[in-house]
Amino acid sequence: MSASTEAIAETKLSSRPPWSLWASQIAAILRLEIRKNFIGKRAVLMYMMAAVPVLLMAALSAEISWQQSRNNNIGEVNVIFANLYEGLILRTIVFFGCAWIFMNLFRGEVVDRSLHHYFLSPVRREVLVVGKYLSGLIASVLLFTISTAGSLLLLYIGLGSSGANYFFDGAGKSQAMSYLGITILACIGYGAVFMLIGLFFRNPIIPALLIYGWEWINFLLPPVLKKISVIHYLHSLAPVPVPEGPFAMIAEPTPAYLSIPGLLLMTALVLVLASFQIRRMEIKYGGE
Amino acid sequence: MTDKSGEHMIVFEDVSKFYGEILGVNRVSLAIEPGITSLVGPNGSGKTTLMNLMTGLIRPTRGRVNVLGLRADHPEIFFRKVGYCSQFDSFPRALTGFQFINSYLRVHGRSKQEAQDLAWKSLHRVDLLDAAHLKIGAYSKGMRQRVRLAQSIAHEPSVMILDEPLNGLDPMARAETIRLFRQLAGEGLHLIISSHILHEVDMMSDQVILLNNGYVVAEGEIHGVRDEMEEHPMQILIRCDRPGLLAARVFEQDSVVEAKIHKDRHGLFIKTRDADAFYLLLNRIVVDDGLTVESVAPVDDDISAVYQYLIGGGEAA
Repeated sequence: MSASTEAIAETKLSSRPPWSLWASQIAAILRLEIRKNFIGKRAVLMYMMAAVPVLLMAALSAEISWQQSRNNNIGEVNVIFANLYEGLILRTIVFFGCAWIFMNLFRGEVVDRSLHHYFLSPVRREVLVVGKYLSGLIASVLLFTISTAGSLLLLYIGLGSSGANYFFDGAGKSQAMSYLGITILACIGYGAVFMLIGLFFRNPIIPALLIYGWEWINFLLPPVLKKISVIHYLHSLAPVPVPEGPFAMIAEPTPAYLSIPGLLLMTALVLVLASFQIRRMEIKYGGE
Repeated sequence: MTDKSGEHMIVFEDVSKFYGEILGVNRVSLAIEPGITSLVGPNGSGKTTLMNLMTGLIRPTRGRVNVLGLRADHPEIFFRKVGYCSQFDSFPRALTGFQFINSYLRVHGRSKQEAQDLAWKSLHRVDLLDAAHLKIGAYSKGMRQRVRLAQSIAHEPSVMILDEPLNGLDPMARAETIRLFRQLAGEGLHLIISSHILHEVDMMSDQVILLNNGYVVAEGEIHGVRDEMEEHPMQILIRCDRPGLLAARVFEQDSVVEAKIHKDRHGLFIKTRDADAFYLLLNRIVVDDGLTVESVAPVDDDISAVYQYLIGGGEAA
């Protein structure tokens, strides 16, 4: 390229407002990440995990459908779903799904020895963090909201027309929106935490399991400690309350107007921390 | 060209890098001017460490590195000027050669059309157009090397850092690549190249930096480096009609330490500590004795000899 052409290209890039440049870089990172991580072999486990609650609800739905002549209690089905949602979907499927997706965003590239391609590009590392986080978020939100919605739909279909009416016309619709909202918030919160873990730890499985344990014993923790978790904020948003058992330490549930901004604020802080960490990061694959 | 501000140079200021207890490079101070500069040294001598320090993939334990006055901790500016073809032989999964280069050009912030044009141009420069739409996973080692090279030149940087860029290339591709390097250097680019193949280094480099055990042991234009090695007298072969006569006269000069007639008896090897003085003496002998000289050529004035003298261990760098 001649000096003048080079100068024109340089001027074009440097004259763009930073937000416009960052937005196009984030879009490019999103496209690349989705192609790399969410279409291919590594994604199979993710899709299998998302399918588990749908298959389980299909089986339950068949059972409910068989019992329908004896019992047609929507309230009971609400409680069944609330328990399965919190115990299986939220605490296990979404948790480990997000762990897999977000920890691999950086750690996977270190293992594959391909992170240097980004580090050698003229892109601010904070922009890289945002781009990668958004790619993980889009994949996890799509996958787990579809899984949640599918599970709900299949369960209520088991009740026949009354279930369908409840789900599409009655209170079931707002209930479904709440569950989808909780799933999205879970992806936002857990995603940020797991991406940070993937940046800090060579073997992120152990810290992920420690967090899993912490989230599970949340009901036993005193109110102050309960707040240092994602599940505390999500639990308080559940449309159908799930009892935490006789040993639970009772804490005032955090209202939605506090828990949602609180979770978003925590996510923002974690992303800032991730940005600091990635600015310090060196490429030393040999030591990994 | 001398540039005190360093805006046209790559400058290392007292740079050291330690990996825990292990020395990467120590107290390196360099000012590299445009043209082709080769880094030469055995495995573990610190070549890749220097390159990674230049590009910010690792940070110095001490000292500072500036490339054209820029620091790598501002990648958004730095990598518009710098391209690095590293030795890491790994690529994002499931991408073709074209997609690989095009995708990262989009990450640079290039428009769709601009990225495509630059990607095709760089693939053309490394002669990889035919394989552009094949998955990189199906590429041979030489093709992977070429696609890495294409990616590092695709955004048309002013500084190119190339870690063993000739590895895995067949002889034709090596020759073509060296020609490309010379062309780029002719356009005023900085090319920093590490290579195992000393005769190729000799062929393409304007300057060399010799490294051993993390230290710079010599730097500069290869013949200048050779001239400064007083402890290793320079060997010169003089092809002439009367090597015996020449042998008798060369010892008039104290700096000549050895003379040996070539086995075909049409030449004389001499070793001298002062090549310039020897050439003057040779002129005098030619005039005085009517000696017919066919050729005069330094025998060990190349990178291999310098490497051998300074580092030892033959060709493997």
